[in-house]
Amino acid sequence: MTQVTIKHLWKEFGGQVVLENVNLHVDDHEFVTIVGASGCGKTTFLKMLLGVETPSRGSFLIDGEPLAAEPGPDRGIVFQRYSLFPHLSVRKNLLLGLELRDSRLFGRLFGAPRRRALEKAQELLEAVGLQTAADKYPAQLSGGMQQRLSIAQSVICEPKILLLDEPFGALDPGITSDMHTLILKLWNMNKMTIFMVTHDLKESFALGTRLLVFDKVRVDPQAPEAFGATITFNIPLKGHRSGYG
Amino acid sequence: MLSMLPFILVVCAYIYYSHARLLENPGDKLLPAPATIAATVHRYAFEEDERSGDRLLWTDTGASLERLLAALAISAVAGLSLGLAIGVLPYLRATIAPFVAAVSLIPPLAVLPILFIVVGLGEAAKITLIVVGVAPVIVRDLAMRTAELPNEQIIKAQTLGASTWQLVIRVVLPQMWPRLIDALRLCLGSAWLFLIAAEAIASTEGLGYRIFLVRRYLAMDVILPYVAWITLLAFTMDWLLRLLRTKAFAWTAFGA
Repeated sequence: MTQVTIKHLWKEFGGQVVLENVNLHVDDHEFVTIVGASGCGKTTFLKMLLGVETPSRGSFLIDGEPLAAEPGPDRGIVFQRYSLFPHLSVRKNLLLGLELRDSRLFGRLFGAPRRRALEKAQELLEAVGLQTAADKYPAQLSGGMQQRLSIAQSVICEPKILLLDEPFGALDPGITSDMHTLILKLWNMNKMTIFMVTHDLKESFALGTRLLVFDKVRVDPQAPEAFGATITFNIPLKGHRSGYG
Repeated sequence: MLSMLPFILVVCAYIYYSHARLLENPGDKLLPAPATIAATVHRYAFEEDERSGDRLLWTDTGASLERLLAALAISAVAGLSLGLAIGVLPYLRATIAPFVAAVSLIPPLAVLPILFIVVGLGEAAKITLIVVGVAPVIVRDLAMRTAELPNEQIIKAQTLGASTWQLVIRVVLPQMWPRLIDALRLCLGSAWLFLIAAEAIASTEGLGYRIFLVRRYLAMDVILPYVAWITLLAFTMDWLLRLLRTKAFAWTAFGA
């Protein structure tokens, strides 16, 4: 069970208020999609979930515990780009998460544990349709394949929460629907909670079980930085829980 | 093979002018005839020296390469460890990076007298001179390359549970090996410069020592082949490093 509870959350950078008075409760195995105009704090919100930014005020709890101040293995992330390891083959990119988790000293597995890890990596490779590219390097893959690898890499250690920062923003529209099928499949397989920032409204309705809209409620034309954005709409959706893929 | 053309032209020009000068004055020492050079090379490479009993070209080459390789190895280790540490650890970057930047601007030849006074005239002084000249450059280069790694990669590794140590050995270090080779290749020229400077000033053997020794006798028949030999050695080292980079780090070929 993973429950995210946010109460009276504020985020300021110097005198600039980015987020004000954000309240939210997200249940286990939800698919939360986040939309909003650019510069309205949705990426900042995601960064706080990730642990790269800390809230200025308010509480940010996961299962009643305050959020760790550093990125950790309980929260996976898929960025738009640049998050694959260029020196590792596709298979080894996947393997890395398991190796880091199970071998604290060397970050490498040998013998039987390595074989088990390889089997798991192979399963996931097949699940995301990259088995034929297993020995290629990330730079040899197309953008869509790179994103599939990046998603697979993030879920291999089965994080409770998966964060997606405009993961399909740089892809061809034709590939996007494949990616949607894939992410829903993994979401139902691992029963994790997903937070996805997107600028595609259609996508946010199609995928989510909950849609959050970030916007500014108050605007002072003389001091645009005085007021921040908050969640203006919190819409429960039907979503695609189970029966998919 | 078109790339060989300039080399051939230079050799032809040399032969022509050498011949012309020797026709005018058979005692001319500036551009010795190819046959004279060949005889000298043969004497240096295959005949024992009257005084020392050594085959001079090989003892000189051995001595020089030993100094150069030792210095490059020390510089590579220092450059990699310090550069990585500075690139990865913000505290270290704040405290040490300006110091390294300042040290890298000290003209190494200016500290050569200090080295001679402190560590004596032996091998240590020559090796230290090269290290002083080369290591700070490698440290700075690798620190910058490390800092250039996309932040997304580092965060991703952290979300996969990587500790700082794991981050270094699995993500940063493997991506810095080819960078280290690049840095070494770029430093080869200055490393040779410092080696020859040190040998010219205080040495009893070595390629640089020999060149400066025979300069007193205007022995161009020794100097010219020695220079060519040094160039060939430097070129070979560069070529080997490049080969190592492409063979051992195939992933860099895809422009990642």
